Amino acid sequence: MKTSDLIAALAVDPKPRGMALGQRFAIALAFGAIVSACAFALMVGPRHDIARAMGSMRFDWKFVDTIALAAPTGFLAWRLLRPVAKAGPWMIGLFVPAIALGGSLAMELMMTPSDLWLTKLVGSNALHCLMLIPLLSIPPLAALLFVMRAGAPASPRIAGAVAGFAAAGLAATLYASNCTDDSPLFVATWYTLATAIVVAAGAILGDRLLRW
Amino acid sequence: MGEGQIDEEWAKKMRAALAGDEAIYRQLLEEIARSVRAMARGAFARSRVGDADVEDVVQETLLAIHLKRDTWDGGLRLAPWVGAIARHKIIDALRRRGARQYAPIEDFEAVIPAPEGDDPHDLSDADRLISQLPARQQDIVRSISLQGQSIAATAARLSMSEGAVRVALHRALKSLAEAWRRMSQ
Repeated sequence: MKTSDLIAALAVDPKPRGMALGQRFAIALAFGAIVSACAFALMVGPRHDIARAMGSMRFDWKFVDTIALAAPTGFLAWRLLRPVAKAGPWMIGLFVPAIALGGSLAMELMMTPSDLWLTKLVGSNALHCLMLIPLLSIPPLAALLFVMRAGAPASPRIAGAVAGFAAAGLAATLYASNCTDDSPLFVATWYTLATAIVVAAGAILGDRLLRW
Repeated sequence: MGEGQIDEEWAKKMRAALAGDEAIYRQLLEEIARSVRAMARGAFARSRVGDADVEDVVQETLLAIHLKRDTWDGGLRLAPWVGAIARHKIIDALRRRGARQYAPIEDFEAVIPAPEGDDPHDLSDADRLISQLPARQQDIVRSISLQGQSIAATAARLSMSEGAVRVALHRALKSLAEAWRRMSQ
């Protein structure tokens, strides 16, 4: 087949159909978040003393951490649909949650006597955290990877990993309202570990599913 | 004409194409094909790989450009986007052909004004891959590409609606890209 023949077949259909990529991405993200929220409500739901907990700085700060993870990485995943997007400069977005977490961690270490550090780090929900965050990440990660197949990321692996960060951020935001361990020591350890699991899964899946 | 001007022309043409102008889209794809061909030749030569199937890469790139055209952000420039897609496909092709190291691919902009001759390409990847598509899709792709028929004529011949032909053509092109991608794994 000559190239001009192929061009003839492409040229008869210049107008893309359906929704724009950005719209589809937004819908997938919302859909994944809603499914995950329903699963969360059915499985565990928020902790019983949430009304009281909401007044505490440590509890509230967990949401600063998780939203600081979900928002910039969700935006980054959307940017990476374009083949010209360079991941490098945008990776600065990952400093946002790192700073939020690092700051709270420093405060906690200053305010808490050192003999309590280990107790707070271990907490009482570590396993729960390691299971629920990856589980709740499945719907948003699946939705994101599905819609990102229409994109053209320069590095499918990195794009998949970034989708993993965003999905873990969403899942952690839900889970944080259930978890009774509010110490930044706990969050920095177990939330981070749970996120790493999701990111690794995203990278592996992205490498397979997002190639083009 | 300078590179910047050519690029602005390309962006303008792409906008017209996305709005539905078939003639301009065809013209733009022909121009892009010439640039990608020059770029691929250069990359193949520098990686010391023969250029016998440069045309396959050109075709794979054009197909990707078509299928991924809504990942262009609609800005003032089209060439960086075309270049990124071409680079991706050229590196894939070199890897597939076992080039152990590939010389860095020169910036796409540098090869824009390099018109090339006609391509004498017959038994290509595309031919082989198209013959693996479902019969109806093969028929539609061949009728429009090789025989140069319009969507309307193809629809009339197969007693399908034009919309159904468009959808079938789109599906066929997607499967073609998918088959190409599988080859590189």
